[in-house]
Amino acid sequence: MAELVQLLFAGLTTGAVYALVALGFTLIFQASEVVNFAQGEFVMLGGMVTVFAFKAGLPLPLAAALAIAVAVTTGLLLHRLAIEPAKGATVVTLIIVTIGASILIRGIAQIVFDKQFHALPAFTGDEPLRLLGAAILPQSLWVLGGAAAIVFGLWLFMERTLLGKAVRATAANRLAAELVGIDTRIVLALAFAVSAAIGAVGGILVTPITLTSYAVGTILALKGFAAAMLGGIGNPVGAVLGGLVLGLLEAFAAGRISSTYKDGVAFLVILLVLLVMPQGLLGRRAVERV
Amino acid sequence: MNRRRLVLGIASAILLATGPLSAAEPIKIGSFLSVTGPASFLGDPEKRTLELYVEKINAAGGVLGRKIALVIYDDGGDANNARTFATRLVESDKVVAVVGGTTTATTMAAIPVFEDAQIPFISLAGGIEIVEPVKPFTFKTPHTDKMACEKIFEDVKKRGFSRVGMISSTAGFGASMRNQCLKVAPERGIQIVADERYAPGDTDTTPQLNKIKASGAEVIVNADFGQGPAIVTRNVRQLGLELPLYQSHGVASKSFIDLAGPAAEGVRLPAAAMLVAEQLPEGDPQKKVVLDYKTTYESTQKQPVSTFGGHAYDGLMLLVQAIQRAGTTDGVKVRDALRATKGFIGTGGVVNMSPTDHMGLDLSAFRMLEIRNGTWQLLY
Repeated sequence: MAELVQLLFAGLTTGAVYALVALGFTLIFQASEVVNFAQGEFVMLGGMVTVFAFKAGLPLPLAAALAIAVAVTTGLLLHRLAIEPAKGATVVTLIIVTIGASILIRGIAQIVFDKQFHALPAFTGDEPLRLLGAAILPQSLWVLGGAAAIVFGLWLFMERTLLGKAVRATAANRLAAELVGIDTRIVLALAFAVSAAIGAVGGILVTPITLTSYAVGTILALKGFAAAMLGGIGNPVGAVLGGLVLGLLEAFAAGRISSTYKDGVAFLVILLVLLVMPQGLLGRRAVERV
Repeated sequence: MNRRRLVLGIASAILLATGPLSAAEPIKIGSFLSVTGPASFLGDPEKRTLELYVEKINAAGGVLGRKIALVIYDDGGDANNARTFATRLVESDKVVAVVGGTTTATTMAAIPVFEDAQIPFISLAGGIEIVEPVKPFTFKTPHTDKMACEKIFEDVKKRGFSRVGMISSTAGFGASMRNQCLKVAPERGIQIVADERYAPGDTDTTPQLNKIKASGAEVIVNADFGQGPAIVTRNVRQLGLELPLYQSHGVASKSFIDLAGPAAEGVRLPAAAMLVAEQLPEGDPQKKVVLDYKTTYESTQKQPVSTFGGHAYDGLMLLVQAIQRAGTTDGVKVRDALRATKGFIGTGGVVNMSPTDHMGLDLSAFRMLEIRNGTWQLLY
């Protein structure tokens, strides 16, 4: 029992981060059909900027706010300087642009910061909580709670605000949205900004547990992408579900089957999803209208 | 334009006139290091060390009356790049010897190139397969992972334990050390009761540690370098496991203590004398060498010394002394001189090479350390 609970929390914590990355993918995908492979770099920026601002003497909340601001600015710049000028290019071209951008951001981070790993102090101490014989870090609860708050906030924004509705309208039908007077350019910029903020928050929450370095974004982007695929790309609820399921699969694969092949799980998931159910768990079937 | 030509002309005339006297062409020593990428924390201090000491050697008059010209490439930790740069060092840079190869993977990729060209190559990587079996032109300075296993198991037995739970990374260093540990365990009377793995970049190892806990292990041995060991160390404490934890020499830098935080207290590891330079007893043969290097590095680079830079120091010094003894830069003769190295005192230990031992270190080169109050404590 204790072992099950331990694996459950290990999986949920890792999964929550995958979910946040997947959510970022989803937002931008909805607004533009672009898969933004620089999504992992927002997570990296969130962690790294916080670490360095904190080391420079800023209090942790301020350092975190600064990190979110830096990530959002990066997201907006990415949209303004790389995506916007390539408007009209095919989706594949845009995806390649985002891969290039992610390499650039990583390179800059490596120069501005350094190449070492860094840690942040846990927000509320390192003493593990005991739950049914399992030991759970308070920071894990921060990650889970933070992820839940973000998902809820995003849901409120999408359902209850005019701007959120504009995003949804753009996602549903871009041309129609433009016809009713929605500036889809602003919507897309907004999607990048919000995705960046979500990624950054994820990076900040998780750094006390997982440590961070300039290079952590790559693998997170891949895992997050797998999660988004699993959940059904373009569906926010699916993204969250996909992230959590992937995290749990990895944890239980490592704990119960063989830790050697743990990383293979994510990629096996991508393959299976592509082969068996390309629409993912909650995705719509892509219907070509004739 | 004309004036520039004139100057060039005069310059070449002078060069020609002075002939062989100033023809003391520099001795070209090549290097390929993982200055960026996942092994950058190894490659970066290595590069700094090579540049620093080549400058010092040149300022002191060079070797055989010639300056050293250092050619360094950054392979980014990628074995394919390493091989490309190795070829470039041999074919276009025409170096006389090579000190480099940050990781076992990059080293192994480059070895055939230097062996074919008969160029002495001193690797800075840990894997035992670099020098076992012995290859005619390949040497290495760091301790092997096999020695690390032996040192750890020696300590485990001393404390009266014998059941070991292994947890190692699937990447090069971790995988290689795991294999060596599994191999030497029976000889040392150690029983490996759990053998868990995790991938580089993994951020949670509690599932694996749970399995180790259930296996009845008396101690945990973690084979890896970089951030993995910090995660494992934090996870061990998070789970409240009371088992003694051993890390490898791969974590022998201050950043491990910073990353693992209070969880690192009580962790033991085998490491080179460098980490505890000040704590070495007065009579220790390595004390002077290690302290000198540490002071020089820290005063010029403004960052704490690591054993990895020390490997580069040892490699460069071994090579320079061998060239001096050989009196030439001929590959075969320098190789013979390297092989004949006896009693060389480096940062990694006392080196006694032979035709069958291209590393020349024994277990005494490893010290057993424990982390206490956020710093290294020399045990023996």
